Amino acid sequence: MVHQYRNNGYNIALDVDSGSVHILDDLSYQLIAELEKNRALTDEELTGMFRDRYDPSDIQEALSEIHGLESAGQLFTEDIYKNAVIDFKNRPTVVKALCLNIAHDCNLACKYCFAEEGEYHGRRALMSYEVGCQALDFLVAHSGNRHNLEVDFFGGEPLMNWEVVKKLVAYGRSLEKKHDKHFRFTITTNGVLLNDEVMEFCNREMDNVVMSLDGRQAVHDHMRPFRNGKGSYELVVPKFQKFAAQRKALGKQYYIRGTYTHYNLDFARDVIHFADLGFDQLSMEPVVAPADADYAIRPEDIPVLKEQYDLLAQEMIRRQKEGRGFTFFHFMIDLTGGPCVYKRLSGCGSGTEYLGVTPWGDLYPCHQFVGNEQFLLGNVKDGIVRTDIVDSFKCCNVYSRKECRTCFARYYCSGGCAANSWNFHGRIDDVYEIGCELERKRVECAIMIKAALAGSPES
Amino acid sequence: MKHIQTLSTRSLQQSLKKGGCGECQTSCQSACKTSCTVGNQTCEQMKKN
Repeated sequence: MVHQYRNNGYNIALDVDSGSVHILDDLSYQLIAELEKNRALTDEELTGMFRDRYDPSDIQEALSEIHGLESAGQLFTEDIYKNAVIDFKNRPTVVKALCLNIAHDCNLACKYCFAEEGEYHGRRALMSYEVGCQALDFLVAHSGNRHNLEVDFFGGEPLMNWEVVKKLVAYGRSLEKKHDKHFRFTITTNGVLLNDEVMEFCNREMDNVVMSLDGRQAVHDHMRPFRNGKGSYELVVPKFQKFAAQRKALGKQYYIRGTYTHYNLDFARDVIHFADLGFDQLSMEPVVAPADADYAIRPEDIPVLKEQYDLLAQEMIRRQKEGRGFTFFHFMIDLTGGPCVYKRLSGCGSGTEYLGVTPWGDLYPCHQFVGNEQFLLGNVKDGIVRTDIVDSFKCCNVYSRKECRTCFARYYCSGGCAANSWNFHGRIDDVYEIGCELERKRVECAIMIKAALAGSPES
Repeated sequence: MKHIQTLSTRSLQQSLKKGGCGECQTSCQSACKTSCTVGNQTCEQMKKN
């Protein structure tokens, strides 16, 4: 399967099943398009089709290049992975990551919060140190030979239970040598309680810090107010700037992460606002909301949003060339060192390798399923009891979703988000169409950026 | 080549032979918590090499 598109002056062909990316002139772009429609076309027939517009020797030359790529396994390749991936998914899995909902409580009242102001359809609660230790013990015990273990302190707002976070990091470190493990800790925060002591600790112990900010002040304050209605932008931005500068100086990862909604369809301006504030590791995701929510992304918003991704991509290229570039999470694509095909096709790992943990130790397939009782898997003390649910998540992969079989982006999204599928279709192995449309656009932009920065010729 | 420029990419077919160690990050452990993105993740084996 070959996916072809034109973007920002580039003719691009993605050979979907090998992952090869080709930048084409107009002639080779059209020849490949014809061959993709009908592989039986001969060189003579193709020459006949284009000789009124192109010199026959040029056509021959382009065809020769196309055939060369085909012989090298870089064009018109086939999907040969299905059996291997299904076997891979059926293997005994280990747990390698936990999302610890360390606080089901929040000091903001963000309007789109899937955790319902931190409470996850349930009661407010903070995770105790004891439950947290049991969670880390559970992770170590179920991680097999996996060396790197990931733990995300999530919420609600994790800094509302900061003392326990610190103690759990210390507990995790105490387990490392004995079990030959390494914990990679991450924390996600709204910044309200961020202070020097928190920054200093996180700079020492956290592999990644995710700071929640939605963009321009009016956009941020509209969706991320305090419970009294006052906006949080002015309080958190200076702290995030200080924190990000420290992490940058230390070479440590962080993300400024935003959510865009129907109220800021011009979200590229918000991402650029992040960059103008001095941040350089950025992420911005579409809100996932019930279709009847006023802030939900609607199908008719998609053309506008796609245009925004194009604008953002062009601005990123411009700034990169000027020496003031920034990264955007959904445009990051690692063409040379990216994941193997097993990872790309076997799904996100929710319900098998990655689990969400409530403050009282209940296990769910991921943070987005927390509070949905029919997905309760067990708890950190007794382990997983609903192996039938785990088995259903094991079956989630690209091949279990019929829409993915013909989608060029399947090697980049791994079949999409099971929670989104559940929320919109009541099953975990379907697709969320709006999310898919936007993901396809992001992949196209990401590849175009690679072409532009590689100095590829525009058509 | 005159008509086609191919960017350097990791061959997915080759990764079928050598991949599958499972040491990589899970998808939601970074800056995305509401979508699924794997194409941008780094292979732990490639990091070592």
